[in-house]
Amino acid sequence: MMPPLLEISQLAVTLPGGGALAEILDDVTLKVPAGCITGVVGESGCGKSTLLRAILGILPRHAQTPRGGIFFEGHDILPDRAAGVRGRIGFVPQDPYLSLNPLFRAGDQILEIMRRHAKGSRAEHKARLVELFRAVQLPDPEAALRKYPHEFSGGQRQRLLIAAALSCEPRLVVADEPTTALDVTTQREILGLLRELTRARGLSMLFVTHDFGVLASLCDDVAVLYAGRVAETGPTRAVLDAPAHPYTRMLLACHPDRAADLAGIPGAVPPATAQPSGCRFHPRCPLARESCAREVPVLQPIPGGRAVACPFHAEALPELALV
Amino acid sequence: MLLYILRRIALALPALFGLVVLTFILSRVVPGDPAATLAGDAATPAQIADIRARYGLDRPLLEQALVHVRQVVSGDLGNSLFSGRPVSLEIMQRLPATLELTFVALVFATILGVALGLVAALDHNGPIDHLVRIVSVGGLAIASFWLAIMLQLQFSMEWNILPLRGRIDVIYGMPHRVTGFLLIDTLLAGRPDMFLDALRHMVLPAITLALPGLATIARFTRSGVLEALQKDYVLYARAAGYGRFRLAAIYVLRNAITVTVTQIGLLFGALISGAVAIEAVFDWPGLGTYAVQAILSADYKALLAVTLVVGVVYAVVNVLVDVAQALIDPRVAQRAR
Ligand SMILES: Nc1ncnc2c1ncn2[C@@H]1O[C@H](COP(=O)(O)OP(=O)(O)OP(=O)(O)O)[C@@H](O)[C@H]1O
Ligand SMILES: [Mg+2]
Repeated sequence: MMPPLLEISQLAVTLPGGGALAEILDDVTLKVPAGCITGVVGESGCGKSTLLRAILGILPRHAQTPRGGIFFEGHDILPDRAAGVRGRIGFVPQDPYLSLNPLFRAGDQILEIMRRHAKGSRAEHKARLVELFRAVQLPDPEAALRKYPHEFSGGQRQRLLIAAALSCEPRLVVADEPTTALDVTTQREILGLLRELTRARGLSMLFVTHDFGVLASLCDDVAVLYAGRVAETGPTRAVLDAPAHPYTRMLLACHPDRAADLAGIPGAVPPATAQPSGCRFHPRCPLARESCAREVPVLQPIPGGRAVACPFHAEALPELALV
Repeated sequence: MLLYILRRIALALPALFGLVVLTFILSRVVPGDPAATLAGDAATPAQIADIRARYGLDRPLLEQALVHVRQVVSGDLGNSLFSGRPVSLEIMQRLPATLELTFVALVFATILGVALGLVAALDHNGPIDHLVRIVSVGGLAIASFWLAIMLQLQFSMEWNILPLRGRIDVIYGMPHRVTGFLLIDTLLAGRPDMFLDALRHMVLPAITLALPGLATIARFTRSGVLEALQKDYVLYARAAGYGRFRLAAIYVLRNAITVTVTQIGLLFGALISGAVAIEAVFDWPGLGTYAVQAILSADYKALLAVTLVVGVVYAVVNVLVDVAQALIDPRVAQRAR
């Protein structure tokens, strides 16, 4: 079998914050097979953006050196802080309104990325960028090169950023909730565009979202994150149809196809500086028992190419927890 | 863009008109009878009345104001009550000295201030950052005239490496006047030795004048860069592989400097008024010393003209600042539409 394009193994990221050390990510292991779209879901603050920042080598400067490994095309890119791979991993940021510098032409900002990472002359870059603008269905691609960010709508800016992510011909694109800042219609268009472009170009994608609807429509596989740890992984369909981890089960019971957050369920996501011992979900878990507060659960394979970090996942949830 | 500039100029005109009227009123309500001063200590009341009539000082205040405005608009600033010569002529002789000093101080303050602010921001909470903070607090706290005298004592009296006063050494005399700016005229005259001498005369007054502005600019640049570095587009640019220095100095500085540029416009007013004190200490033959002389001799014509000229210069600088803003930020000219 081919090795996965991106493989993250036992990644841990620690940030100093509020006088204490915060374990933002702990023992995160997941992979993106070549040609697949892998989704990462989790509540706000569970560390999704931090995961992408670790991959891109842009963690906050005061972050401690992350532990673990991030293997891209078989090489660990964590030690060199990804200096050489940026051109080969495209990035679609969360907020198209804030991610472009308002004082520089959008085209120039993308051309600067290409100058750093793509082969060819500036003229070739320009020609390729116009092609890409056409591919992302930006109106009047030639004129777009000369416009400033404020001269585009939000949806158009996200198209610009998708073009930017593809500009250096990457094999992997990482996207951080690229549609949350947009209205519903535009969201659907952008998702359609991303699906189309990745399929057509044989790209792989790591797609962060907290929306199960988006997850179901776009991603082949999924990793569910809770408080900086992976709760479960597996093919999207299987996980959504029969979630294994109590956290995922409760989430889906509350909001079968909407945002991933446990509103209405007792407890809250713990602050990153004060994570519970053992399983981080145990204070809110109806299946929790005494051992859960002591032992950190590890991801165990279960049938169907899935894995779950809960030794008691086979047990039924009490009715009460699902109301 | 051209439309934007014209609009800015049009907006500055009413302010200037207001300035003309306001300064006139102020000059006439403050104590001091110009006619009496002019006539001298031994004058009889009849002589004073005669002078009053000759200069129109016996007319109603409103009428005097209208006459004054009409004259100013037609470019006539009147004759000095003190020397009898046209005020505009006297001012044109002295304005370049002040402008040259202020301009050099402003350039110095801007370049060094922006550089210090940038370096401090890049070294956030580090030793350089603290040093810059101390310098900028000090720059604002130190009184200019005290600093001027200290610099003179040290560099001119003690070490004797820089001239004590004046714009240029008397052995040179003045170069042929073209622009009135010595740093330019000496070069036009093909005299690099004179240029160097004029430059050496410029050092101490320019530093004294620049220091408070430098401190302000450094402070605003520092906080501007720090704020801009937090922006999402910086994170995005980092993901695109920008280096730390390039990110701050080229990509982010432009965002940070929009605030600084506004400050420069405001600073210019402080620089001009600072020049009055500093010109006195360094015996600089500029508008400041002229204004002091006009005040002492109750020469209200001269004083009005000085105020007006300073107002015009200030207005011009602020139009330039607006234009600079629009050049830096493409959204500015559009928003104004
Ligand atoms: N620069 C930083 N310094 C300190 N702590 C940070 C920093 N950035 C994020 N954190 C903390 O790390 C944790 C995870 O943040 P992250 O942005 O990765 O969450 P997220 O899953 O992307 O959330 P969202 O869905 O709201 O975007 C949070 O507790 C947050 O407070
Ligand atoms: Mg996020």
